[in-house]
Amino acid sequence: MHEMSLTEGVVRILEDQAATHGFTRVKTIWLEIGELSTVVPESMEFCFGAVAKGSPLTEGARLEIIRIPGTAWCMDCSGSVVVASRIDLCPQCGGAKLAVTTGEEMRIKELEVE
Amino acid sequence: MCTVCGCGDAKVEGAKVEGHIHPHSHDHDHGHDHSHDHGHSHDHDHSHPHDHDHGHIHYGQGIAGVHVPGLSQSRIVQIEQDILGHNNDFAGRNRAWLARHGVFALNLVSSPGSGKTTLLCRTAEALKAKFPLAVIEGDQQTSFDADRIRATGIPALQVNTGKGCHLDAHMVESAIERLAPADDSVLFIENVGNLVCPAAFDLGEAYKVAILSVTEGEDKPLKYPDMFHAAGMMILNKIDLLPYCDFDVERCIAFARRVNPDIVVLKLSARSGEGFDEWLAWIAEGRRRAAAARVKVG
Repeated sequence: MHEMSLTEGVVRILEDQAATHGFTRVKTIWLEIGELSTVVPESMEFCFGAVAKGSPLTEGARLEIIRIPGTAWCMDCSGSVVVASRIDLCPQCGGAKLAVTTGEEMRIKELEVE
Repeated sequence: MCTVCGCGDAKVEGAKVEGHIHPHSHDHDHGHDHSHDHGHSHDHDHSHPHDHDHGHIHYGQGIAGVHVPGLSQSRIVQIEQDILGHNNDFAGRNRAWLARHGVFALNLVSSPGSGKTTLLCRTAEALKAKFPLAVIEGDQQTSFDADRIRATGIPALQVNTGKGCHLDAHMVESAIERLAPADDSVLFIENVGNLVCPAAFDLGEAYKVAILSVTEGEDKPLKYPDMFHAAGMMILNKIDLLPYCDFDVERCIAFARRVNPDIVVLKLSARSGEGFDEWLAWIAEGRRRAAAARVKVG
């Protein structure tokens, strides 16, 4: 359930950005969440619904989650491969020496504000 | 206290009442105090250089790709900020403090009941005469673990996370301030027993050490891959019980290497002491390097 902490982190960033950019209401938040990150998007949405209600800045805001697929570099067959989880083996050679290249993202990409 | 998750319950032992630690900052009554104290200058120490480049307001990049003045007050702000950026800022500050003081810090993570506290007590007994040690104990409630550590004669501070499932870097910063570990010491941070959430939160430690006891399943590295991926070391604890368990050590190590090819594996028993010398030697070497780096900086 660390999605609650992460969601609070999102709201903190929104509050900081509101002060910096002079907006008073967030309508939409686009979050990039990698398939290999430690976040369950549904859980994040649930937590956001609860946290957003507490502030006029975020009340009613919509969360749009953009999933970033997991990719890795296989050190055995020297190729870039798609992986769905950390425990996947290389789909080409079956090797386990995979260095993740994308899919660990957890970030706010952009906001629709007014 | 926050009525959403109760996180306002979190407290660092020894804190004054008004110094009640709110590790998550959504407590509505105190706003963003720590954001303002330190500004954003620490961004430079961390891996979020994009913080500086963004925050531009881009009109005309709205949903329809246009911006028509007067039609809508909505606008798009591109910020590209890491959700864990705030935690990582604190972690970076902790790491810098530890480096300045030559402190070798380890973040011990595991399920509840793997033997973290017993491991720490035996480690404390074995090393306390050689160099200074300190312990930060994370649990949801009680100071039982810190009491056990203090009984060995080394300083320990309990951090109760309330309903929180992990320690975060801000809690650890507060704990370091109060505990004030000695220069060239070893700081053990015993995280909340949880193989999931603590994986995501950097505390500023040199290594995460994942402890897995042989009374658990050998498949845990695959069931909880994030933790074993984040850890620099896996300790297989309670190996004195191997004759009574169906735990396949080699299979477990192969699973761990599958999620983390570089993970260092130690096998030991915190109860019998078997395999303990290697663990103690590894700590001593880490401390020696941290202390040497401090001398170089100084």
